[in-house]
Amino acid sequence: MTLTPVITEHWDSPDLYTLEGYRKFGGYGALVSALKQDPDSIIQVVKDSGLRGRGGAGFPTGMKWGFVPQNDGKPHYLVVNADESEPGACKDIPIMMANPHALVEGVIIASYAIRASHAFIYIRGEVPNAVRKVANAVEQARAAGFVGNNILGTDFSLDIVVHAGAGAYICGEETALLDSLEGYRGQPRLKPPFPAVAGLYASPTVINNVETIANIPYIIERGAAWLRQFGTEKSPGFKVFAVSGHVNRPGIFEAPLGITMRELLDYAGGMRDGRKLKFWIPGGSSVPMLVEEHLDLPLTYEDMAGAGTMLGTGTPMVFDETVSVVKAVTRWLEFYKHESCGKCTPCREGTYWITGMLERFEHGHGHEADVEKIAHVCTQIAGRSFCALGDAAATPYPAALKYFRDEFLAATHTSADEQFDPIASYLFAGATR
Amino acid sequence: MAISEAVREEMRQLAALYPQSRSALLPMLHLVQSEEGDVTIDGINACADVLGITSAEVTAVSTFYTMYKRQKVGQHHIGVCINTLCGLLGGDAVYAALAERLGTTHDSPSEDSNFWLERIECQAACTHAPVMTVDWEFMDDMTPASAVDVIDRLARGEVVQSTRGPAIRDFAATGRTLAFPNDGLADEGVSVDEKMLAGLRIAKERGMSAPPIPASAAADTTEG
Repeated sequence: MTLTPVITEHWDSPDLYTLEGYRKFGGYGALVSALKQDPDSIIQVVKDSGLRGRGGAGFPTGMKWGFVPQNDGKPHYLVVNADESEPGACKDIPIMMANPHALVEGVIIASYAIRASHAFIYIRGEVPNAVRKVANAVEQARAAGFVGNNILGTDFSLDIVVHAGAGAYICGEETALLDSLEGYRGQPRLKPPFPAVAGLYASPTVINNVETIANIPYIIERGAAWLRQFGTEKSPGFKVFAVSGHVNRPGIFEAPLGITMRELLDYAGGMRDGRKLKFWIPGGSSVPMLVEEHLDLPLTYEDMAGAGTMLGTGTPMVFDETVSVVKAVTRWLEFYKHESCGKCTPCREGTYWITGMLERFEHGHGHEADVEKIAHVCTQIAGRSFCALGDAAATPYPAALKYFRDEFLAATHTSADEQFDPIASYLFAGATR
Repeated sequence: MAISEAVREEMRQLAALYPQSRSALLPMLHLVQSEEGDVTIDGINACADVLGITSAEVTAVSTFYTMYKRQKVGQHHIGVCINTLCGLLGGDAVYAALAERLGTTHDSPSEDSNFWLERIECQAACTHAPVMTVDWEFMDDMTPASAVDVIDRLARGEVVQSTRGPAIRDFAATGRTLAFPNDGLADEGVSVDEKMLAGLRIAKERGMSAPPIPASAAADTTEG
C-alpha cells in the first residue's frame, strides 16, 4: 500500500511551523470556508467522514461533537489532549513540532463547530519544545486575526490557552486531564456524566487528540468523500504511524488505515541486521502484543480488535529476538505502577503486587505458581477501576504469556539477562556490562 | 526565599488566563520552580495566596506530579528514558554511564549539586531511542559516550544544542517556558529531523501521494 502524506506532506519545508510557511500551502483556507458554513454542517462533514479519534480509543469524532448539547446557555469548551505519554506513542509531539498550525486551525474549526469560545491545548510539560512551538503558532494565528474576537469579521470569538502539564501519564485519560486542567491532582472521574455534558468546570466539553484535530482542516477543505477514499468502511482515513524499535529506519510514516505491519516494516527498512522479529505492539504498551503471524493483518480498528488487540495510537514498537519478553513486560508494569494515580484499589495495589512478582522473574527466581497468579491478578484489575489505566496495566502480561510462556517458566531459575544478553538489544556497539 | 511581588504579579497574570483561576496552578508551580529551584514552602504559600486556596491544597497538587521537585534540582535536569523501548535499546546503559559520571542515582542531585539525574518514563520520542533530556529538551539517539559528552560540555559551560529544539539553557529557564510558553525560541534549532521525514522522503522518491479530491466531492466543497 502506498504512503499518503497529508498532515506530514510539507514537513520538509523548513518554515512550515510558521504562519507564513503554513499559508504557502493553503493553510487557514479551511477556516475561511468553515466560518461561512453553519456549525452543524461542520459537525455533519466530520460525521460523514467517519473520522475516528486518534488518541487510542477510536471513538467517532463527529459523534463526540454531536453529543454537546446546544442552546443550553452554558459555556462550551474544546480541550486538546496533547499529553502523549503512552509508551511507544510518538506521533503527536512530532505533529506539534512540525505542523503546529494544522493543530491550531483544527482547534479553531472544532471550537466553531461545537460553539466553544475557549479552547485549551494541554501539552505534557516534559516536552517544552512542543509547548513553545504550539504557543508560537497560537500567537501568530492571533496576530493574523484567526484567534480572538470576531474572527474574520464573524460573530465567532475564541481564545486558546496553551497549558503545560507537569509529569503524569494519567493526565492523558480525559477526565483526569480535566481535573488537572482545573488545578487538581490528575485523577479520573466517574462516568457518566460524560465530558460532553459535564466536563471542564462542569460544562459541556469535547476532548480530542492532537492528530484527530490536525485532521480537521484537511477534511473541511477536501470533504468527507475525500477522506473516505483512504482506509476502510469502519476505519476511514489516513494515519500518522510512528515505527520504533529494532528496525533499520525508525520514523514517521503516514499511510492509509489498512496498511499492514509487513508493509510498514518494509518502509522502515526491515529488521536491523537482518535479525528476526520477536514481537510487536500496534499502538502503545496498553494494547496486547502481536507476533510474526500477524504481520499481514490490516492496521485498522476492526482488524486489530479481531486479532485480540487494538490499533491504539497506531505507533508500532518492534522488538527483535535479542529482547527478553520478561524484562520488557516487567518494565511496562513498573511504568503502570509508577503512573497509577492511586484512586482505585485494584489498579494501585494490583500493579504493585504484579510488579513485585514480575521482578522476581526478571531476576531469575520467579515462583512457578506466580505464572498463573499474575494472570489472575490481571483479571482482578481489568474492568474494576475507574479508568483505562487499570485495563492497560492488565494487558502486557497475559499477551506475553500467550506467546512466550516458556520464557517465564525459564525465569524461575534463569534471569532475563542470562537468557538474553541485554547488550545484544542495544542500538549501539561497544557497551560492556 | 520569599516570592517577590513581581513574581506574584506574574502568577496573577497566569490566573487571569483561565475562566477559573485555580486552573493556573500547574503553570504557577512551574514558575515557582523556575524562581526557587524547587517547589518551596514560600512558593506554595504564594500560589495559595494568589488563588485563595489553602497551602495544603497546593501541596497536595505539587506532590502528585513528578516534574515538581522538593529539593534543589541544580543547574541542569538530566532525564534518561528507561521505559521498555528506550531502556532495552540502550537507555539502561546510558543511565548507568550518567549515574557513574555524576556520582548519583535516580531522582537525586549530582555530587556537585549542578545536575539532577532522573530515570524518566516514555518521552514520546521512541523513534529516536535511546532518548535523554536536558532541562527537558530532546537529546535523541544517545549512546553512553555521547550522553557523558553532553554532561562534560555542559560542565565546561559550552553551548549544547538540543537535537530537536533550541540550545540548552538551564532548568530554571525551562520552568519559565512551561509557565509562559511564548519564550521567543520557536525559531531556534531544528525541530524536524530525518526520522520525522522518513515516510515523506520515501513518498517523494517513489512519487506517492494522497489521492486528490474526488470530482463529485470537489463540487460540494468549492462553493464553501
